[in-house]
Amino acid sequence: MASTNNKRPILDRPILDIRNLHVSVGDNEILRGMDLSVSLGEVHAIMGPNGSGKSTFTNVVAGRPGYTITKGEIIYEGESILGMFPDERARKGIFLALQYPVELPGIRNREFLRTALEALREARGETKLAIREFNKFLEERAKAMDFEPDLMKRNVNEGFSGGEKKRNEILQMSVLDPKLALLDETDSGLDIDALKVVSRGVNEFRGPDKAIVLVTHYQRILNYIKPDFVHVLIEGRIVRSGGSDLAQELEAQGYEWLREPPEAEAESVGAGAQSP
Amino acid sequence: MTQTAEATGRYVRDFDALREQRDEEPPWLRDLRREGFDYFQRMGWPIDEKRDEMWKYTDARPIARTEFRYPLEPGTSLSEGDVSALLPFDEGMSRLVFVDGYYAPEISRILDADNSSVLRLEEAVREEESLVHGHLGRYSAAGHDASVGLNTAFFRDGVFIRADGALVAPVHVVYITSDHVDPVVTYPRTLVVAGKKAEVTLIETFLSLGLRNHFTDSATEIALGEGAKVTHYRALLENTESYTIGHVRPCLGPGSTYKSVIYEAGSGLMRLDLELLIEGEGAFADLKGLYVTTGTQHLDNLVSIDHAKPYGKSRLYYKGILDDESRAVFGGTVYVQPGADKTDAYQEDKNLLLSDRAEADSKPSLEIYADDVKCGHGATAGAVADEAIFYLRSRGIDEQTASRLLIKGFASEILDEIEIEPLRVFLEERTASALPRFSGGRELAA
Repeated sequence: MASTNNKRPILDRPILDIRNLHVSVGDNEILRGMDLSVSLGEVHAIMGPNGSGKSTFTNVVAGRPGYTITKGEIIYEGESILGMFPDERARKGIFLALQYPVELPGIRNREFLRTALEALREARGETKLAIREFNKFLEERAKAMDFEPDLMKRNVNEGFSGGEKKRNEILQMSVLDPKLALLDETDSGLDIDALKVVSRGVNEFRGPDKAIVLVTHYQRILNYIKPDFVHVLIEGRIVRSGGSDLAQELEAQGYEWLREPPEAEAESVGAGAQSP
Repeated sequence: MTQTAEATGRYVRDFDALREQRDEEPPWLRDLRREGFDYFQRMGWPIDEKRDEMWKYTDARPIARTEFRYPLEPGTSLSEGDVSALLPFDEGMSRLVFVDGYYAPEISRILDADNSSVLRLEEAVREEESLVHGHLGRYSAAGHDASVGLNTAFFRDGVFIRADGALVAPVHVVYITSDHVDPVVTYPRTLVVAGKKAEVTLIETFLSLGLRNHFTDSATEIALGEGAKVTHYRALLENTESYTIGHVRPCLGPGSTYKSVIYEAGSGLMRLDLELLIEGEGAFADLKGLYVTTGTQHLDNLVSIDHAKPYGKSRLYYKGILDDESRAVFGGTVYVQPGADKTDAYQEDKNLLLSDRAEADSKPSLEIYADDVKCGHGATAGAVADEAIFYLRSRGIDEQTASRLLIKGFASEILDEIEIEPLRVFLEERTASALPRFSGGRELAA
């Protein structure tokens, strides 16, 4: 059910193309010329130390307010999405699994998912699901995520454990069936069992008509979700890209060896200051 | 005291003018009125140098400076159809409607029960004099608060409920102010005496028919006997030009339960004092509140819970939804008196700010003088809803729908406590229509 409606041929061009992206929060430049190209069928892992700009990147692609894009482009399916609201982006197939999922008092999980799915189905030109069909579909998806049925009746993320919140994000991804999934540190705070469940959900979602960008601090999740590409983000720029073996190298050696030497860094700060 | 700063002269003239009419009243009531008026005259409104900590965030000057007229007759007459259209939730209930302070029998009905009486206060003073005498002004003391004093001096009529068992139906009391060119003042007064093991459900609704300024100074006293259970709903739906001061004084006997849901979407300037006294061992108070404000509304809820006896339990949960430049003040105090051991009290106030110009001030506090108590409080003075809105939008839900979902969800934690289904539905709709900025978007999934 998840992706049978997507009959669109896989395009040669990337689904997501980040070009020389500069992003600031207040006076603070976080991304300083990031480039990244992601095609359907691919899983990209973006790794980097704290404060390197990983979350900024996923948030900016999803359209979270509070960030200023000073330079560069975000091209999704061949068009710039910079002026689009987060819900427009979601309706085009972008999904962000939040690092800190928000509690929504008084909004039940089921009601939330149904409202969202209806909005997306309408945007895709699909018919409305009858409530019974929806419930059945949701039950299947929840089961696949080891999600207690009771959690569907509870308010979104309210009183959920850290692991339940993250599983809920992946459940939403599986129900809403986006084309591009951005996973922002979905592995953080998970014990090994929860990590396995979350990874299984992501692996089930994975496919030739899906693209996944997962952002993580640790290599651990990559033991369960094998990426096609690994990128290292440091100080707002991708400093190295490679295959999944790069993750192992990072695990062994840390990030320090990839940092630019001090004089080059000083230069890049100077360059950043010149940009509008 | 200067007459220019405070328009008290009008009250003096009105009080004197009414004296003749009150010759029929029993001496104790005339004394009570006199005491109330003297107290009001002595204290005046809590403005300027008299403005104390209790009125820190609320400016009563607009009330003090306006000359309100005491209506000498009801400004309009309403039909059954009018009332049903305005308040479509009281089928099968007793209903007592007062227009500008005057009882409107043609749109009222009282369902009788063997072991209780539901009367107009004016009647009750005659028919149940000793009981009324024993309770009226005992909880909302005339010499305790200027606005209670004023209410006591001037109330024309109101409702008296005496129950010695379970009432056959909820009692809906409707205090309506009709549209007047010059601002009028009304003094609603409700007295509930719930005897041993009695069960009472009371709904008080405050409503304006016009859009012009008026003033409502109300007092509600509720006495709960041993093991009594009172459920109290209070809906403030007056127009946003009006001024409102209200007092609610429940007094809980041993093992009694008082549950309230306070709903406030109306009034431009409101102060409600809910002063609850736990006077018997093992009583339980469950106080819920929802205020919804827009424009320049200013609503101030002051709740004090006085645990005077041991083994009492109180729960307070108030929530506010604030838009535009509106402001809400919540002050909650739990007193645990010496000897009130094993008290269990918790209070919480949460606000949802829909505009960055809205402001919520939340001041919960505890004063504990007893041992082995469990007390706590929490407040969310108002996180702007941005995070939640982004989360909903990131799932494909448009901004309007996201806001509506959020508002409905936020309100539901309080409104779901309402056990009368049509009333709950009415207040849900009222909440949505109070926030017209968020009326668009998709149909919400059930």
